[in-house]
Amino acid sequence: MFYIYCPHCEEHREEEEFHASGEAHIARPLDPDNCTDEEWAQFLYFRSNPRGIHHELWVHAVGCRKFFNITRDTQTYEIKEIYKIGQQPTVTAE
Amino acid sequence: MTQKNRLKTGGRIERGKPMKFSYNGRSYQGFEGDTLAAALLANGVDIVGRSFKYSRPRGIVAAGAEEPNAVLQLGATEATQVPNVRATQQELFDGLVAHATNGWPNAELDLMSYVGKVGGRMMPPGFYYKTFMYPQSLWETYEKFIRKAAGLGRSPLENDPDTYDHLNQHADVMIVGGGPAGLAAALQAARSGARVILADEQQEFGGALLHSKEQIDGRPATEWVTKVVEELRGYDNVLLLPRSTVNGYHDHNFLTIHERRTDHIADKAPANISRQRMHRVRAKWVVLATGAHERPLVFGNNDVPGCMLASAVSTYINRYAVVPGNELVLMTTNDHAYHCALDWANAGRKVVAIVDTRANPDGELVQRAKQQGLKVITGSAVIEVQGSKRVSGVSVAPISADGSRVTGSVERLSCDTVASSGGWSPAVHLSCHTGSRPEWRDDIIGFVPGKTVQKQLTAGALNGSYSLQACLEEGTKAGIDAAANAGFGDSAADVKAPQANAHREGKAMPLFHVPHTKPTSRAPKQFVDYQNDVTAAGIELATREGFESIEHVKRYTAMGFGTDQGKLGNINGMAIAAKSLNQTIPETGTTIFRPNYTPITFGAIAGRHCGELFDPKRYTPMHKWHLEQGAKFEDVGLWKRPWYFPKAGESMQEALNRECRATRESVGILDASTLGKIDIQGKDAREFLGRVYSNAWAKLAVGKCRYGLMCGEDGMVFDDGVTSCLAENHFIMTTTTGGAARVLEWLELYHQTEWPELEVYFNTVTDQWATMTISGPNSRKLLSELTDDIDLDRDTFKFMDWREGTVAGVPARVFRISFTGELSFEINVQANYGLHVWEKLFEQGEKYNITPYGTETMHILRAEKGFIIAGQDTDGSVHPYDLGMGWCVSNQKPFSFIGKRGMAREDCVKPNRKQLVGLKTKDPQKVIPEGSQAVNDPQQPLPMTMLGHVTSSYYSACLGHSIAMGFVRGGHDRMGETVYYPQADGSVIEAEICSPIFLDPKGERQNV
Repeated sequence: MFYIYCPHCEEHREEEEFHASGEAHIARPLDPDNCTDEEWAQFLYFRSNPRGIHHELWVHAVGCRKFFNITRDTQTYEIKEIYKIGQQPTVTAE
Repeated sequence: MTQKNRLKTGGRIERGKPMKFSYNGRSYQGFEGDTLAAALLANGVDIVGRSFKYSRPRGIVAAGAEEPNAVLQLGATEATQVPNVRATQQELFDGLVAHATNGWPNAELDLMSYVGKVGGRMMPPGFYYKTFMYPQSLWETYEKFIRKAAGLGRSPLENDPDTYDHLNQHADVMIVGGGPAGLAAALQAARSGARVILADEQQEFGGALLHSKEQIDGRPATEWVTKVVEELRGYDNVLLLPRSTVNGYHDHNFLTIHERRTDHIADKAPANISRQRMHRVRAKWVVLATGAHERPLVFGNNDVPGCMLASAVSTYINRYAVVPGNELVLMTTNDHAYHCALDWANAGRKVVAIVDTRANPDGELVQRAKQQGLKVITGSAVIEVQGSKRVSGVSVAPISADGSRVTGSVERLSCDTVASSGGWSPAVHLSCHTGSRPEWRDDIIGFVPGKTVQKQLTAGALNGSYSLQACLEEGTKAGIDAAANAGFGDSAADVKAPQANAHREGKAMPLFHVPHTKPTSRAPKQFVDYQNDVTAAGIELATREGFESIEHVKRYTAMGFGTDQGKLGNINGMAIAAKSLNQTIPETGTTIFRPNYTPITFGAIAGRHCGELFDPKRYTPMHKWHLEQGAKFEDVGLWKRPWYFPKAGESMQEALNRECRATRESVGILDASTLGKIDIQGKDAREFLGRVYSNAWAKLAVGKCRYGLMCGEDGMVFDDGVTSCLAENHFIMTTTTGGAARVLEWLELYHQTEWPELEVYFNTVTDQWATMTISGPNSRKLLSELTDDIDLDRDTFKFMDWREGTVAGVPARVFRISFTGELSFEINVQANYGLHVWEKLFEQGEKYNITPYGTETMHILRAEKGFIIAGQDTDGSVHPYDLGMGWCVSNQKPFSFIGKRGMAREDCVKPNRKQLVGLKTKDPQKVIPEGSQAVNDPQQPLPMTMLGHVTSSYYSACLGHSIAMGFVRGGHDRMGETVYYPQADGSVIEAEICSPIFLDPKGERQNV
C-alpha cells in the first residue's frame, strides 16, 4: 500500500485516501470535432503502460479532492516525484 | 501417560505448572513453557499426520515456523476450531485439544498409505493433472475424494466467538525479529529516542539464544537477553510485540503484524480481550533480522518419523528439556550441527555416530565431539533410513568429495533418530515481499536479500552472518544506522557491540541431494518438500519433461505450494533442479516468497469489519419512520433505501400493485433523500454545465429545472439527473444515488485538469437535504394545505419549475419535476427537518390515502413512462441515440461537450446498433426475466443470433399487463415486429417491439 504525499495538503497520507486516475498528461484535444476517428481513439484508449518511469494522475479523493501528478516506477513502485497539475515532471524516462 | 522423553532438569519450562492436553482424543501432560510440539515429543508421540499424496506417516521435523508436518487442527468446541496450526509454534495451555488434520480413518492407521505404497511409483508430479482431468465432468467427484484423503484441516461450522482488532502504528524504526541481531538493533535504536517497534513470533525475545549455550560478555546469553529486554521495557518510545509475526512487508515500508494475544491461554479469548490484533505499521526505516532456517538433507526415506533438523533437536533438548529419542545418528555438512550431537550426549543419551559428509572436518566443535568420545564417520552420508512409523536404523556409505555418488560399501547402523543439517538458508521471505530478488552467495551456501528500494537494513543470519558475534555487531550497527537515517542519534557514534565467544569453524560443504547406490528414480523416496510430497526424483522428472523455469518446476511439482511455503525444501529443490538442468543455482534462480509468512486467521484479516460493521451504512432522515412502517429495504450503494412497504398478509407483488395504483389514483410519497446533490457555483457554472451535459444549458432561467444526460468522452451515457438554476451563478445538480461520488470526482477532474480557467466550485450537499417526492393527482391539493407562501397555480408554477418557500413551517425548495409521469412535487428541506415534514405530509395526506412507496414501485412507475435508470438500462456501451434520447443532445452548442465527438465515431453511427425499445408480451400476464436475450428465430440451432437483452421488466397493475424495456438490434426501425426470448427452462416468451412509453404518451398527466 502506497504512502502518498499530497502536494495540496502538504503531508503524507495512506493510499486509501486517494484514487488513481490513469496516465497523466493526456490532454483533451482542443478541437474534438475536427479529430479523425484515429486521433480520437488515440486520446480515448491508447496509453503508454511503461515498465519503469510512469507519470500518473491521482486525486486526494477523501481528502482535499485535488488532483495532482505522481511520477512512479512501475517496477519498484517507488514514487519519484509529486507535482501539481500544470507543472511538468523533472524525473523522466531516458 | 508419562513424559518418557522429558529430562529431569533444565529447559525454560515451569515444572511446577503441569498442563493437561488432548491429542487425537488421548490425554497427555506437558508443562507451561512447552510448545504443543515439545509436549508431544516429551510424551513420545511420533506420528502427527499423514503425507499429502502418499499418506506416509510423518513426525515433527522442526521447532519453529518452518515445520511442514505438525500442522494440526485446534479447538475444544466447534466455534473455536482453528485449522493449520503449527504445533511447533503453538504454546501449550491447560485443556488444549488438538487433532491431526489428515489420515483416514486416523493418522496412526491410514488406509490411504496402502495406495501410496502400491501406487507410489505411479504417482509422479502432475499425477492429478494427468489422471483426474478427464472426463472433465467427473472432476467434482474426484475432487471430493482427493480432498478427503488429503485433509488440509477444516473451518469451524459455527461463528467465531472472539473479536479481533486492527491497529495503525507509526514507527521510526521497525525491527523484525528478536534474536541477537534484532535485540542489539532495538537497543541502539531505542537509546536514540526513535519510536521503535520490535516484533517477534515467539513468546519470548531471544530467538536462537533461548536454546543456546553461548555466552555474551562472559555471561550466559539468556542473561544478556533478559537485561536488554528489561532496558527496552523502560523506554516509552519502544513497543515490544512478542507472539507477533510480521507476516507481510509491503510497498513504502508498510508492514502487517499478526499479534496473538490469547492463543497461549485458551482457544477462546477471556472476556473483553481481543484474541488477535493486526498491526498496520508505516515505518520510516525497517531492520530485518529474521534469521535463518536450517536446511535438512535430502536422502532416502528421510521422512520417516524420527528424522529431524539438527538445530530442532538441540532446541527441544536445551529449551524444553525433551530428548526426542534414544539413539542418534547425526548427518551434517557443517560444524554448527555438532552442537546437536553434543547436546544429545550431554542429555545422557546415546550418539550412535556423527556422519560428516566432508572428508577432513577439523573445526573446534568437531574436536570437542571427538574428545568426548563420539564416533565421527567422515566423507560419508546417511543414504537411506530404515523403519516405517519410526526410524529403526540407517544405511551409511562413503561419498565422493563433490557429493555426487556413493563410492564404497554400505554400513548399517541401528538408531531411532536421524538429525540432519545441510547448512542454513537465510529467512529472506519478508525481503522478497516487496519484489526484491534474493541473491545467491557461494561462500555462505544460501540466498541473501537482494537489492531493494525500501528503506530497509538487514542484520545477522539473514545476511548469511551465522556467528553470534557477527549477529551482534551487525545488529548494533543496523540499529544505529536505521535510527540515524530516520533522524535520531548519531551514526558516527563509536558503540561497541556485545562480545560473544568465538569458535573456529571449518568450511561447510554444499550438498543438496545425498546420493544413493541406485539412481534417484529407483532409490527410496528422497523428500524435498514434505508438505506436498515432492521428491528429488519428481523434480528431476519435471526437468526431463521440459519444465526449465524454476517457476514452472514449482507449479508442476507443487514444491513450496504448501502452507509452509517451502521454508525447508525450496533451496534443496532449486539446487536439484539446477543440477538436473546443468545450470548453476544463480542461473536457475529462485521462486519468490509472498505474504503471508505464516498462515493467518481470517479473524485477524477481518478485524472489526464484520457483522454490523462490515460496511458503513447510510440512512435517510426518515429511516426510523420506514422501520416503524415495516418497510423492506434495498441496498443502493451504502444507502438503505425502502424497497416496498408491505401491509400485513400482503405479498410483494400485492404491495407493489397497491402502491402503484394509489400513486396514479391519488398520491404516493417517495423518500428520495439518497439522490446525489451537488451544489455548483461560480460565474462560469453555466458554461461548465453545457460542457459536461449533452444538452443545452445556456438559456436555463432562474427558477427552472432541466433533465440532463452525462456521457463519457466515448459518448456513452454514465449518469443522469435534474439540475436546477437557483441563481444566475448558482445551480443544484442531482445525480443517481450510486453515482454521486463518481460524478463529483468527474466534475472536479475536468475543472482541475482541462478547464481551470473556468470559475466554478463544486460541493456535495447530499447529506444536507432531505428529499420527499409526492406524486399523483392529489399532490397539489396536499401540498397546498402545508404551504401558504408558494403559489401552486398550474400556470405560474409550471412543470420543470422550482420555488422557494415554506412547507410545514420549514424553509423548503420545491421542484415540480416528475419521475412517475404524474403531477409531482419534490420537497427539499434541511435534513434535520426531514422527518417532521414527512410526518406532516402523512397527517394531512391521510384523507387522500397518501401511500409510501419504495424503490421497486418507483422503478415500475418510471418504466410505465419509459424513463431510463442509468446503470440499469445503460451499461457503458450505449449513447443517447441508442436510448432514443437524441432530444437530449444539443449539437448546436459552441463548445464540443464531453461525449459529442465520441458518439460521432464510426461504430456509434453505424446502422443496426442495439437500441432501447419497449416490449409487450403476447401473453399480457407473462413478465420476461430481466437479462433475457432476444432472438429472431427461436428454432435456430445453437448458438442462436442474439439481438440484445431485457433491461427492465415488471408487471404493471395500472395497465393490467406486463411491461419491459430492452435492447434490440436496429430496434427503433422494427416497431410492431415480434422477437422471442428463449428461457432456461426451454420455454419461449414472445414479445412485440413497441414504444417504451406505455402510459400517457402525450405526457398530459404531469402537466395538470
